[in-house]
Amino acid sequence: MEHDPRPPGAEEPFQSPIVAPGYTFATLSDKIGSIVLARGTRYGWLVGFGISFSLLMLLLVAVSTLFLKGVGIWGVNIPVGWGFDIINFVWWIGIGHAGTLISAILLLLRQSWRQSINRFAEAMTLFAVACAGMFPLLHMGRPWFFYWMTPYPSTMGVWPNFRSPLVWDVFAVSTYATVSALFWFVGLLPDLATLRDRARNRPARIIYGMLAMGWRGSAAHWHRYEVASLLLAGLATPLVVSVHTVVSFDFTIGIIPGWHATIFPPYFVAGAIYAGFAMVLLIAIPLRAVYGLGDFITLQHLRNMAKVLLATSMIVCYGYAMEAFFAWYSGNPYEQYMILNRMLGPYAWIYWMLLFCNLATPQLLWFGRVRDSIPALFAISLVVSLGMWLERFVIVVTSLSRDFLPSSWGMYYPTRWDFATFFGSIGLFLTLLFLFIRFLPMISIFEMRTILPQAEVDDHAGH
Amino acid sequence: MPATEGRVYGLMAEFSDPTSLVAAARKAHVEGYRRMDGYSPFPIEELGEALGYHTRGRLPKLVLAGGIAGCVSGFALQYWCSVIDYPLNIGGKPLNSWPSFVPITFEMTILFASLAAVLGMLGLNGLPRPYHPVFNVPEFRLASRDHFFLCIEAKDPKFDFRATRKFLEGLSPGHVYEVAS
Repeated sequence: MEHDPRPPGAEEPFQSPIVAPGYTFATLSDKIGSIVLARGTRYGWLVGFGISFSLLMLLLVAVSTLFLKGVGIWGVNIPVGWGFDIINFVWWIGIGHAGTLISAILLLLRQSWRQSINRFAEAMTLFAVACAGMFPLLHMGRPWFFYWMTPYPSTMGVWPNFRSPLVWDVFAVSTYATVSALFWFVGLLPDLATLRDRARNRPARIIYGMLAMGWRGSAAHWHRYEVASLLLAGLATPLVVSVHTVVSFDFTIGIIPGWHATIFPPYFVAGAIYAGFAMVLLIAIPLRAVYGLGDFITLQHLRNMAKVLLATSMIVCYGYAMEAFFAWYSGNPYEQYMILNRMLGPYAWIYWMLLFCNLATPQLLWFGRVRDSIPALFAISLVVSLGMWLERFVIVVTSLSRDFLPSSWGMYYPTRWDFATFFGSIGLFLTLLFLFIRFLPMISIFEMRTILPQAEVDDHAGH
Repeated sequence: MPATEGRVYGLMAEFSDPTSLVAAARKAHVEGYRRMDGYSPFPIEELGEALGYHTRGRLPKLVLAGGIAGCVSGFALQYWCSVIDYPLNIGGKPLNSWPSFVPITFEMTILFASLAAVLGMLGLNGLPRPYHPVFNVPEFRLASRDHFFLCIEAKDPKFDFRATRKFLEGLSPGHVYEVAS
């Protein structure tokens, strides 16, 4: 279970071990592989899966009702035509970004502590993108025509308007989903071979065998595999930055006060990483407790993630400050009104709650004792996730509800169907996550082998 | 049942740590063997060097070609749709609004390059390949766990069943297996 290698009272060392000592290639492979192969389906997993699956069924009901009756069941109307659907879209896609950051950017920076968290963080990315991608489609009113957004030679002879950020979004999100899936699958390949070779029952051997594609760990293969991983990381890094930039373009290309701002792209990307790392912590903390993975996801990992959380919270808060500053400095009365309306208008309580969640709460992470306390990290991550959802609410709703003309102002109140769709999407995310934990290794086995001390080749060994 | 000399795929030596495998591969290379491969549960940079993979190979060029193809086709798609096939005046913007075409061009570049990286890696590695002679050795399933193998193939011009076996046994492996073809 808990394993802190530091002597009591010692200062935090520069580098604590990122995998507990005493593991061999065999025990490490067995420990991670057995969660899938030997442990079987446990009662706790069934309960968790049951709850998630019930929420997924709630989504099914909400979406069926939406298809039956139309978007009128939601609280959206003119002037607030973007409600929970777009808030949820931006929130989910942002959460996904941390997975790509961990697997791509930290790989390029040779941060070996990422190796135990990258697999489930990438899975989180995929599932979050699946949840995100659903919302713009549901939001369209006639979702069965979603393929009109793709350029295909139709009998109508028209093409999508490529000058529109909404079309950029289609390309950005679908590219992101494809590349994340490829990256994830390539990473899984050697581990699928391990499961194939370890599985005792025939169906598992056949299924893992087909998925492993005949991987045999040949040196020539590993050589190309490493080149491909490095190139994919190099490609995914600008991609992840571009995706949330394009999402922010959905707002900034519009002229609505509070949206038309150059700070949006960097501020959205930082917010995405911030929300994503909170979600990685929310997943990592229960996983390491339930499956006894404290030897691989050590306190050092949680500390590092807490520091990323703190750093990105500072960037996000700089964004909030700049929004207010530019509103004042622009001299534009509509922008000035927008920020005052955020702070003092009908949705002011959400704005102040957002500042409490994203500005005040993460400051606790300056204290080493908070970073070392697992319950505190879990609680802070929950608050941050809520805060990032509220941030998107503030951006989407307050700007739309009061634009240039007071005669066109209006309030937005979500209905129970808005909430049902939102909680249902959490059900989809958790259901996929539970299935992933049950059937695939949640920690990359082969990458963990490379950070064991015995993986070093002793060049001067005499034979 | 021992395989007859003419029908073996090769001879395979088993090691229990990466250092021995790399040392063995170096010695085999010095001995003049070329048609051989090492098998390990994780990538070993030194092993690639020992077996003579000094360059990054063809994959980076394939990825570059994929990226260029994506970039050109992404822009061409938008240009052709908006300027040639169905010119439409939207907000008085020029038909060839190239700055607006940048995001999609960029995404298509990344998409094609990534597909080239993954499909190229699989293709050059000859995967998917469900059957391979090395799987005929039952102990080979440990190659995905904690064992390291060096296989000298019968196709190697220097391969001689007895001499090669003797050479491999001289590398102090855990075992030497005959790989049936």
